Amino acid sequence: MSGHSPRYVTEVRKQDGAGPEQPADRGVPIQAVPLRHPGRWCASAVLVFLVVFLVQGWATNPRMQWGVVAEYLFAPAVLDGLRTTALLTVLAMAIGVVGGVVLAILRMSSNPLLAALSGFYIWVFRGTPLLVQLLFWYFLSAVVPTVGLGIPWGPTFVEADTNQLITQMTAAVLGLGLHEAAYMAEIVRAGIASVDDGQTEAAHALGMTRRQTMRRIVLPQAMRVIIPPTGNQAVSMLKTTSLVFAIAVPELLTSVQGIYSRNFAQIPLLTVACVWYLVATTVLTLAQRYLERAFRKESSS
Amino acid sequence: MTATVVRAEGVRKNFGDVEVLRGIDLRVAQGEVLCLIGPSGSGKSTFLRCVNHLERVDAGRLYVRDRLVGYEERGGRIHELSDKAVAQQRRGIGMVFQRFNLFPHMTALQNVMEAPVRVAGERKEVARRRALGLLTRVGLADKCDSYPSQLSGGQQQRVAIARALAMEPELMLFDEPTSALDPELVGEVLDVMRALARDGMTMIVVTHEMGFAREVCDSLAFMDGGVVVESGPPEAVIGSPRHERTQAFVRKVR
Repeated sequence: MSGHSPRYVTEVRKQDGAGPEQPADRGVPIQAVPLRHPGRWCASAVLVFLVVFLVQGWATNPRMQWGVVAEYLFAPAVLDGLRTTALLTVLAMAIGVVGGVVLAILRMSSNPLLAALSGFYIWVFRGTPLLVQLLFWYFLSAVVPTVGLGIPWGPTFVEADTNQLITQMTAAVLGLGLHEAAYMAEIVRAGIASVDDGQTEAAHALGMTRRQTMRRIVLPQAMRVIIPPTGNQAVSMLKTTSLVFAIAVPELLTSVQGIYSRNFAQIPLLTVACVWYLVATTVLTLAQRYLERAFRKESSS
Repeated sequence: MTATVVRAEGVRKNFGDVEVLRGIDLRVAQGEVLCLIGPSGSGKSTFLRCVNHLERVDAGRLYVRDRLVGYEERGGRIHELSDKAVAQQRRGIGMVFQRFNLFPHMTALQNVMEAPVRVAGERKEVARRRALGLLTRVGLADKCDSYPSQLSGGQQQRVAIARALAMEPELMLFDEPTSALDPELVGEVLDVMRALARDGMTMIVVTHEMGFAREVCDSLAFMDGGVVVESGPPEAVIGSPRHERTQAFVRKVR
């Protein structure tokens, strides 16, 4: 019996891999031969070859007219277009965010009519193409020739020609902004819903009104959930502004198109537009990352 | 005879088809500490939440300082109060929650200052000084600039008490204030509550801490199934319960 038990113990230790026979194993890093991935290497080689081939062909193609790209990259018309694109993005997003907050609060209202109206708005504006909406605003004067302020079915005090009131620019801002509001409404609603009910109760218990609770307690916390998708929406909006070339607003794409309709250098000028869109989206992405970090720090440091 | 702060007469509350409160009659006098005990689902938290109108009373009458809570009696009819009027009523009633519910985007000091500045319109410097005083009173003067996530549960709950006290309430409601705490942190919160009771604060405390109930409260009400089964001095209710259900409950928690 006594002769058996020591061997039994040794066996168990061997299984553990930490027996007294191999004390050197402890703490020594494993020097393993790395696993090879030949498939990955092949795929990488093929892709690198393709990229080099395409870029080289693109860059050295004389018809790309790189000189034209360089010539127009900082042309006043292009920079004006870029400014208009930036302005459209800012205004449309502002309308989108404010409208989205209002729609989200209405949607969550205990009044069924308000909630239904908000739902109806979202249904209409998300359910029809943006391009159609833009054209709709642009041609509004055809069915509503004048816009006035007065008493319904009564006298009108101020009246204006719709064509003068809704210029191409306002049609573009309205179209982009009101469409965006429908999307932002869902984002804001998700953000508000993410805030624990206990926060609202605590604020109410302190004597805060519903409005104060929303503004001081709920919305600041909802921001953490709202900001990342809003950043995506802003980047997306920047690119979507190019749609307004359909109603001839002189933004980046329209300016570029105006130039290539005269010199027929379509691809070089579209390249100019792409360069600026990339620059702008990169800036927006960096700004978004900064904002996200700032809000994360504030709420959970 | 001291003044009555809370008076409940036949208070009822339904959630859909479920009757949560089935006629509650209770009185809390000025400076009195009332503990509500009972099994979960007995309606004690719901009753507490009715007192500051976080839940609306469906039937019966609930008065705080002779004012109907959440309603107004005018011309023989009962009218709902506006959001503003309800908020005004709640100013005088502090509440402490089981899950603390501190505002996570504000520091401890900002949590305490928020209501005095935004609700009572107090000047920021004044509110800050008072908030500092309150945090010192709950033993957290060194945690002013900490965010809730940097504080332990017990510290968070003490900040929450300071936050409720900042509105200088005449009544404090505690909804199982120690139930979400690790056992070793319960004591520090109960100490603060004990001190409050000693200072003469009128309090309603929903709790499972029988030791605290026996030691601190002036009266105790045992609730079960949406009614007050038995109430009276704590030593009577816990020590020699008359009702069968109370006896069974006390046997289990002791």
